[in-house]
Parts: sequence; structure tokens; C-alpha cells
Amino acid sequence: MVTSTASTASPDAPPGEIAVRLRGIGKRFPGVIANDDINIDVRRGTIHALVGENGAGKSTLMKILYGVQPPDSGTIEIDGEPVSLHSPADAISHGVGMVFQHFMLADNLTVLENVVLGAERRHGIGAAARREIERLSESYGVDVEPDRLVETMGVGARQRVEILKVLYRGARIVILDEPTAVLVPHEVDELFDNLRELKAEGISIIFISHKLDEVLAVADEITVIRRGTTVDTVNPEDVTARQLAELMVGSELPSPSTETSTVTDDVLLSIRDLGLDSADGRPLLEGIGFEIHRGEVLGIAGVEGNGQEELVEAIMGMRHGIHGTIRLGGRDLSSMSTRDRRASGVGYIPADRHRHGLLLEAPLWENRVLGHQFRPPSAKHGLIDKPGARQDTRRIIEEYDVRTPGPDVLASALSGGNQQKFIVGREMSSEPILLIASHPTRGVDVGAQAAIWDHIKRARREGLAVLLISADLDELIGLSDTIEVILRGRLVGTFDPAKVTPEELGSAMTGAGAAA
Amino acid sequence: MSPRVTRLVLGASVPVLALVAAFAITSLVLILAGDPVGDVWSQILTWPERRNLSNIIDNATVLYLSGLAVAIGFKMNLFNIGVDGQYRVAAFAAAVVAGEAWLPGYLNTVLAILVAIAVGAVWAGIAGALRATRGVSEVISTIMLNAIATGLVAYLLRKAAVREEGSNALNTKTIPEGSRIPNISIGEGAATEIYGFIFIAAAAGFGYWFLLNKTRFGFDLRATGRSATAAVASGINEKKMIIVAMLISGGAAGLVGLPIILGDSYHYGSTFQSGLGFAGIAIALLGRNHPIGIAFGALLFAFLDEQSNPLQILVGVSPDIVAITQGVIVLTVVITYELVRRYGVRLEQRRVAQVLADESVAPPPGSGPEHEEVKS
Repeated sequence: MVTSTASTASPDAPPGEIAVRLRGIGKRFPGVIANDDINIDVRRGTIHALVGENGAGKSTLMKILYGVQPPDSGTIEIDGEPVSLHSPADAISHGVGMVFQHFMLADNLTVLENVVLGAERRHGIGAAARREIERLSESYGVDVEPDRLVETMGVGARQRVEILKVLYRGARIVILDEPTAVLVPHEVDELFDNLRELKAEGISIIFISHKLDEVLAVADEITVIRRGTTVDTVNPEDVTARQLAELMVGSELPSPSTETSTVTDDVLLSIRDLGLDSADGRPLLEGIGFEIHRGEVLGIAGVEGNGQEELVEAIMGMRHGIHGTIRLGGRDLSSMSTRDRRASGVGYIPADRHRHGLLLEAPLWENRVLGHQFRPPSAKHGLIDKPGARQDTRRIIEEYDVRTPGPDVLASALSGGNQQKFIVGREMSSEPILLIASHPTRGVDVGAQAAIWDHIKRARREGLAVLLISADLDELIGLSDTIEVILRGRLVGTFDPAKVTPEELGSAMTGAGAAA
Repeated sequence: MSPRVTRLVLGASVPVLALVAAFAITSLVLILAGDPVGDVWSQILTWPERRNLSNIIDNATVLYLSGLAVAIGFKMNLFNIGVDGQYRVAAFAAAVVAGEAWLPGYLNTVLAILVAIAVGAVWAGIAGALRATRGVSEVISTIMLNAIATGLVAYLLRKAAVREEGSNALNTKTIPEGSRIPNISIGEGAATEIYGFIFIAAAAGFGYWFLLNKTRFGFDLRATGRSATAAVASGINEKKMIIVAMLISGGAAGLVGLPIILGDSYHYGSTFQSGLGFAGIAIALLGRNHPIGIAFGALLFAFLDEQSNPLQILVGVSPDIVAITQGVIVLTVVITYELVRRYGVRLEQRRVAQVLADESVAPPPGSGPEHEEVKS
């Protein structure tokens, strides 16, 4: 364990070297403290990584630094000058630029047009702008063709355009929000080469991530954020991925590890040769086959975007064009509607609870009904049973420790963790036999995370088949009885969580290691 | 305040704020044009006479049905601009059927009403099917269908019409007396009667409320309107919902012209009133898609129309000024609703945070998964 004190922004750095200094930054939202006493020093010409779990407060902090949201407390210094940033335009004028995880490019425009769009006043839109772009791409080694249409470009190239946009606007401090989440491994290497060139030219980079091996490979300094506050700043040479992970989750936290095996011989979910093609004929899922037994948790590991979402939606019946068979408890689900599949005993915790799990502007009791419109206690004789639904909402609030004043509160008023606990409670109602949990603890606080882990363990004890999809390898290793690795829409390896290490899983997920 | 009361107050504040803003803007227009603001408002805002009152109620009945038809679409996030075409096609078909009098007495009336509902539903269903199968925006297709409806009805009317001696009017056959819906007297003389159809309109309002708020189907419809993605994940068939919602909306639109056909003109003619469908959009917005709110909206619009009639004679101002008022109401109601909605969500979040902060002691940093202690 690395020495860990409350705030350890290197105090010995000479002031001239510090590009960004954050002191005591705090930000509250209704019901949550997103940031509390954040202290960070970013040295000029370095890559400073910011790591933390989903929901730890990284994104809020970066929005504060980029002027999207004002902090409630604390100070920001840029190049030794205290600044207050009220808008992204403010931030840009102070030399702070941000590359978002989701690209903001106009597909039908060229690279040149995208770069100058909104910054026409710097160098116009003609030859001067082109010269500037060429100069920038040369001096920073960012390889782009100014006249190429963005829609013809791959993800890695688009990201370079985003970086170029930021540099064109005069940024000396570049924030990258989870830049590798959308990249395949060789694109990640290219990105890192670009970042090293930028750093050599004196640009300071703030690199947000929760992929520890990447952070260790590229960063000069690493600051760990946990529960909205900075817990430590370390040098990558001094720590291992394991130690960083411990810093991220905190050593006192419960581990997700399960108890003794409850796996039976009784196959509940059986999937055979499942496939799905994209609109342009590319296979999104291919030859997927697995079984989940009563009392078994099957974990699916994989880099995001390798078919996990499609797999879940295929089982739920939310996608068209699926081929292969899906059998649950002896019944063939393959040609059933989503509603009939739910009625056959499938509980579903979606990865994106705001898009797929909740009606945000409806009260909790209506959200209790959602997905269970067809059965008690939500409905009776084709009518919605409001008293029944409200009463059962109270039960969920009680049993699943959902922090809310009552069943009439709008779902949007709850914090992420409480929304998720509510969804878990709802999906565990009506006695499901299969629980699909897609990133069940993403973006929730650690308390809710532990509670959700407990609920998944309980589901397993009670004899459910659980399909667990997660990006958190410790969660997968801790909760699963078997782990399958998914890569480019195919299952590429089966692992025993009792024996596998995160490193082994990680290399299987990127296709680097030999499948077991 | 309890959350229920807060929500009610916030909900009611929308039309009030919108009306105040609309009256202010109309007054501004009058001042700029140099018209007598005070005289205009004192004419419009006097209590109507019995005769005017019955006109107001009659028009409100028609507008109410139109508002309901639009509101059903709104609840599903569908913008049925085509009520205008749907009710004219439906009213024409109903008038032809009722005029033919294949069935005796009130059976003929019932048949005419069912035909109107079916024709309105089919006309709207075209837009629903296009949206569900081909992704065609219902806004575009219903506007197109309005234009087609105008042409189609004009063409068919020429075929179906009976020409009266010494008149240029084109009308369908007159509905026999035994199949007409009797009017109800609210005062002395024939000018103070209101449509008996008002009871059917009220029943439609109740049906709308019951369907949306009490039935599973209504829940599915509202859920799809709130979040199509969450609805699909919950097992709702979105395409089916689009088609069914458009069918119901069109069916309700089919009723719009019937009070006039069955209670006043007794035929469909070339002078049949158009534009009721567009007023319905404004009224549904103003009434917040609530059956009682829509009734208030319909009464207000009918009231403004009726009271502005004598403006030209009495104060020398064109009655079209209330069209400005009505138009501004639509804009202000949309704006204020969005403002009040955002305010309401923020208020709720703050209230929840407050309640939770009051009832729990903040956990020490780094504490485990144990529940927070609750103060007794």
C-alpha cells in the first residue's frame, strides 16, 4: 500500500513550473457531493493522469476546469495566476482546451472546416487557416489531411482532429476525458505517441482514465480521486496497478468476492450460435454460445464496444436480425417479444439507467410499473394498480435502502446510486429466474456499490442465473463463477475467476494473450 | 407544502402566467397601433349575454374535441397537425351516411358517429403507419394529408351533393329529423340552445382520462412519450404504439365536426368550418393535455372568439386582434411550461436532498457499506 494522506499535491514544485494548480475545489449537487477539497498540481510539459472509479468526481472536476460549471469553493490558478472560469470560452482564452469522450465533429465537413468552425477569427477560413493547421500538425506530429471529409475517417483520426481543434484555439493545457475508451489497442499506442510529442513541445496534458495499465504507461504523475476528493498523487515508477486500484477503491472497501459455490447442474439460460450483423453486413455478434446454471454468475469481460451491449439487447429481444437460439428454463425465447421474455422471468438492469431503466420525470411508483405493466402488483385486469404499485415501491425503498422521501418523488430527484438500487429492487421483484446486470455499479457511490454486490450475491444464493457484464475487472473476478471474454463480437476465452489475474483478463480482452 | 400541492400549484401557474403575458403583449400591439386598449378589453371581458353564452359553449364543445384529439398525440410525443384534415374527411363521411338514412332514427346517428370515428382514425392511421414503418415524420405527413383532405372532400362533395333550387351552395343530403341530436335550452328562444353533443364530448373527455391514467395501454402510451428507449427496454412495442396512438387521435378528431353536423347544419356543405384542428393544437398546449385543462382552454378560446365579434362595430378595432392573443398564448404557454418544469425538477431535487440530509447523519469518510444511522 502506498502512503496515502488526505492531500499530497507536491508542495516542492517551483511555482513557475506549475501550469494548473487546483486548491480546495468543492462542488455539491442536490443529494451528492461531487467534489470535495480537490488539490492538484499539473507541471508544465507533463502528462498528468487523473484516475478514479466511475462516479468518483473526475468529470465534474474537469467541467469545472473547463468553465462548464463554477466550483462552490476553492481556487484555480493557471500559470500562477488565479483565474475564475465562467464558460468554455473563458477557459480557452486562458489556454485550457478539452477533448470530450464523445466527439463533437460535423461529419459532412472536412478536417479544415471542422477545425476552423467557431474559431474563424483566429486565422480566417482560407489559406492562413490551412497554413496554421499544417504548421500545428507538423510541429506536434498530429497526422491529419486538412481536406479529408470527417465521415470517411476512423475513430483514432477523428480524435486527432479534436486534439488539433483544441491546439488551433491556442490551448497550452489539454484535457482528455477517457480518450482511450473508444480506441482499439494500436490506436491507443498512436495516441500515446501523439501525447508524448505534445508534452515535448511544452503542452501540459490532463489525462482522465480508469484504465490503470494505460495510465501507468503514459503518465508522468498520477492523481487518484476517490469519492470526490484527491487521495494521493504518485509517480508511476513507484506504484503497481494493484496499488493504484487499492487507492482508487480504498483499502477498507468490501471486496465483491462471493461465498462458496452455489452452481448447480440445472441449466437455466442456454445460448447457441447467436449472431447479429450490422446494417453494413459487419458481424456485431458471431457464434456466441454459453450456458448459465441455476445459482451461477457468468461474467462477461471485454473492452467496451466489443458486443456486450448487443449481446444484452439480443437476449432482451430489443434488436432485430438476431439469429441463433436463446432458451430459458426450457422455453425458447428466440422469437418472443421483449415483454414476453420479461414475463418468462428475465430481470434486466440496463447499462444506461437514464436511457433504458427509468422514466426520469415520472414518480417512483410509475417507475415501479415500468417493465412490469402486465402483472401484479403493478396491474390488475388490464388496469394500472396504483395503490398496489405504490405499496410495492415502499417495499423496495425499504428492502433495498433507496434513500428517498417516498414513492411519489420523481426518479430524477434521486442520486445515481439510489436510482440504481431502486432498479435492482424492481428487477428482483416478480421472482425472475435470470438476472441480466449490465454495468450494475457504474457511476454509483461506493455504499450503493457494496449494496448492489450484496444483492447480486443474494440472487445467486437464491438460485437465479446471473449474467454480469462489467468493465470493472475486480467486480467480475469477485462476483463471477465463470468469466467469458468478448472481443469483436466473439467469445474468445473462458476463465476461472479463482485463478485468473486482472492482467491475464486484460490481455485476453485486447486479443494480446492466448485464450485459455 | 406537500409535493402534491407544489405540483398542482406549479401546474396551474403555467396557464396563468401565459395568459398574463399574452394579454400584456396584445395590449402592447394595441398601443403601438394607436387603438383604444381599455375599450377593447372592456368589451372582451364583459360577461356575455345568454345568446353569446350558448355560442361560446357550442364552439367550446367543438374545440374541446379537437383539443382532446391533439392531446392524445402529444402524450406520445406525436404532433398530430392533421386533426384539421381528419375531422373534415370524417364529418363529410358521417354526413353522407346520416343523410342516406340506411338505418332508422338514432341507429342512424350511432352509425354516423362510428363512421366518423373510423374515417378519422384511418386518415390519421396513414400517418401513423408511415411513421412506424418508414420513419416519416408525422408532422410532415399530416400536413400533407390536410391538403389531400381538402381536395378529396371538395371532389367528393361535388359527387354527393344535392343542389337546392336557387342556391349555389353544395350540400350533402339533409339528415332526417329523427336522427338529429336534440339541442338543450339554457334560456328563452332558439338562440339560447346548446348542442346535445356536449354530453358525448364530456364522455370523450372522461374516456381520455381513464384510458391514459388508469389502463395499462395508457401507461404504455405515456411511458413511450416520456422515453422511447426506456419504453422499448420495458417491453413496449414502440411501432405498434405509434400506430395505435395515431388511430385513437384520429378517431377523436373524427368527432370534432359532429356537433355541427348532427346539431346545427344537418348536412356537410362547401362552407363547412375549417381550421378547428389548428385551434385544437393551441388548446391542448394551453390545457397541458389534461382533460379539465383542455376544457378551460376550449372555453377561453371560444370566449375570445365570441366576445371579439362586435369589436369592429363598437370600438372600431378588427376582431382579428384576438387571433394575436390566441397565437401569443400558444407561444407563452410553451415557454412558461418549460421554465416551470425545470424549476419544478430543481425544486424537487432540492427537497429530496433536504429531507435526506435531515434524516441521516453524514457518514464519516471512508466508511463501509453499512447503512447510515437514522436519527430517531
